[in-house]
Amino acid sequence: MNHWIIAPVVLPAFLAPLIVLWMRYDLRTQRIFSVAGMVALLAVTIKLMVDASSGAPEVYRLGNWEAPFGIVLVLDRLSALMLVLNAALGLAVVLYALGSGWDRRGWHFHSLMQFQMMGINGAFLTGDAFNLFVFFEVLLIASYGLMIHSGGEARLKAGVQYVVYNLAGSTLFLFALGTIYSVTGSLSMADLAQKVAVMPAAETGLIRVGAILLMLVFAVKAALVPLQFWLPATYVNAPGPVAALFAIMTKVGVYAIVRVYTLVFPEGGTIGGLASEVLMPAALLSLVIGMVGVLGARDLGRLVAYSVIGSVGTMMLAFAQFDQAATGAGLYYMVHSTFAAAALFLVADLAKERRGAPGLALIPAPPIAANGLIASMFFAGAIAMAGVPPLAGFLGKLMILDGTRGQWLIWVTILVTSLIAIVGFSRAGSIVFWKAYATGGDRAPVPEAPSQGLAFTAAGGLLAVLAALTVFAGPASHWLQGTAAQIHHPQAYIDAVMEGAAERAANATSGHDDHDADEAAHEGGDAPPAAQSETGH
Amino acid sequence: MEALVASAIGVMTAAGIYLILRLRTFPVVLGMAMLSYAVNVFLFATGRLAVNMPPILDHLGEATPGYTDPIPQALVLTAIVISFGMTAVVVMLSLGAFIEAGNDRIDLGDEESES
Repeated sequence: MNHWIIAPVVLPAFLAPLIVLWMRYDLRTQRIFSVAGMVALLAVTIKLMVDASSGAPEVYRLGNWEAPFGIVLVLDRLSALMLVLNAALGLAVVLYALGSGWDRRGWHFHSLMQFQMMGINGAFLTGDAFNLFVFFEVLLIASYGLMIHSGGEARLKAGVQYVVYNLAGSTLFLFALGTIYSVTGSLSMADLAQKVAVMPAAETGLIRVGAILLMLVFAVKAALVPLQFWLPATYVNAPGPVAALFAIMTKVGVYAIVRVYTLVFPEGGTIGGLASEVLMPAALLSLVIGMVGVLGARDLGRLVAYSVIGSVGTMMLAFAQFDQAATGAGLYYMVHSTFAAAALFLVADLAKERRGAPGLALIPAPPIAANGLIASMFFAGAIAMAGVPPLAGFLGKLMILDGTRGQWLIWVTILVTSLIAIVGFSRAGSIVFWKAYATGGDRAPVPEAPSQGLAFTAAGGLLAVLAALTVFAGPASHWLQGTAAQIHHPQAYIDAVMEGAAERAANATSGHDDHDADEAAHEGGDAPPAAQSETGH
Repeated sequence: MEALVASAIGVMTAAGIYLILRLRTFPVVLGMAMLSYAVNVFLFATGRLAVNMPPILDHLGEATPGYTDPIPQALVLTAIVISFGMTAVVVMLSLGAFIEAGNDRIDLGDEESES
């Protein structure tokens, strides 16, 4: 067993209480440990990514309990990709928080960050549906703390809404898991995949309900229309670096949709085309509403938040094809849009700190300190987000268009919304950064911060990743196509998790007499006989 | 008994949903508690309802009458702990918002456009 697989969960899980308990009043040590933890996390996740690229999914059995009874962590290319994405974003966010002084405006920023990392990494790694729920709760409870970091009336009120919305989502998650368990008698994703695949068509009513409830939960997390209402108010009111970190939170929902609806409920399997029928209109609407929101936003933060909704819509259009080439394109766009959204949130926060009273409202105000630099960073981020050449957003959209060839509705929507986004971004950028010179006011003072250079480096670093993603688009998309191939051949994943399970079941049943077999049938409840025989031999 | 449990879950869910749609934080917190009760009972029932059955198989006793599924009990334990913690968080957060804002309205109102 490769013990590194659990490191992305254990490392932050040790660091977070250490920071809270041991270095509570010493911000300096907190910062050192937090940055060191993030660098170590990034190194570990890159190592795992190298491991995962070499072939079959690797399984880590917690407590060495055998699947499907124990909880497993599974490292495949998709989860490795998400881990690296999360660690890189986390490092940039911590550096920005140090540089801009956000981490000293409230308590426990660094430990909450570590808990957040633990929850997100766990959600990406776990191979058990109920464990996924638990890690969702870990990442949510850390995000509640981060969301209201440094307090304030508007932030607390938005925080209450965010918490209530997500609690309702968690309740729905439990209802979905309960429904699925009551039909299949299992919650291990690989075991579920086997059991769902052999269900007779006449008895799939309840499992379809479970599948769609689960889809709703993940759509809440991914902020797909019509479940996106929590996102703009949350992201606008959250502290800048936290909003940047939340760029990965919507991707947790997207990841869960991709994972569950290719592994457990594959397209054309037991639930038929239900997943793509639900996802497609939701993705189209998200794209339209997101980009129209970009055009209609009255402040810069809200504009970036709506562009996140739009970008989730774009990638879901690709994922909803449930087709290998389109999934690869969607993954490329997902990596790109996560970094682009995070960079834009950081740039918006840089501008907000300097503008003072007008905040991020789209009204002309006297030019800010370092106006030129921040404006050009916003420009680069906007180009990436809107999908204009030369940055990766353009390539990503091109690949998605290529993957959805022949579907005119998707082509028209993506192209028209791109135009709307370009107009929206240029309007916002010119009002905030160019019209400033026409007001004739004095330059706003430079805000006090521990290290402006570090803050600019963090935001610039994310933009540099975007540039690298563009330059190395060939190798990157080749690797992501390999990932898509692995996603669409889930048998390797199932075999890795369920290795030896069939033999053990056979040994266990042959050792006992008949009444045990009766009880085994009883245990399965309503599960069809076919499922029993499948796991029994 | 199935009808009783099912309608209890239904009534609690309906009351919970009604309450979380209110505009004040207190009914919303109550509604969340209602919803978590409903989901806990629901989870408990997913292993089928069995009265007076042990959750452990006893191989020594001959002619076991049957058993109740232990997994939902473990699941519901986790769910209870989590929902208890979450309720505490939402109570503290609502109190914080109430003290800062001076009212317990849950909507953002006009300040939504400012950040």
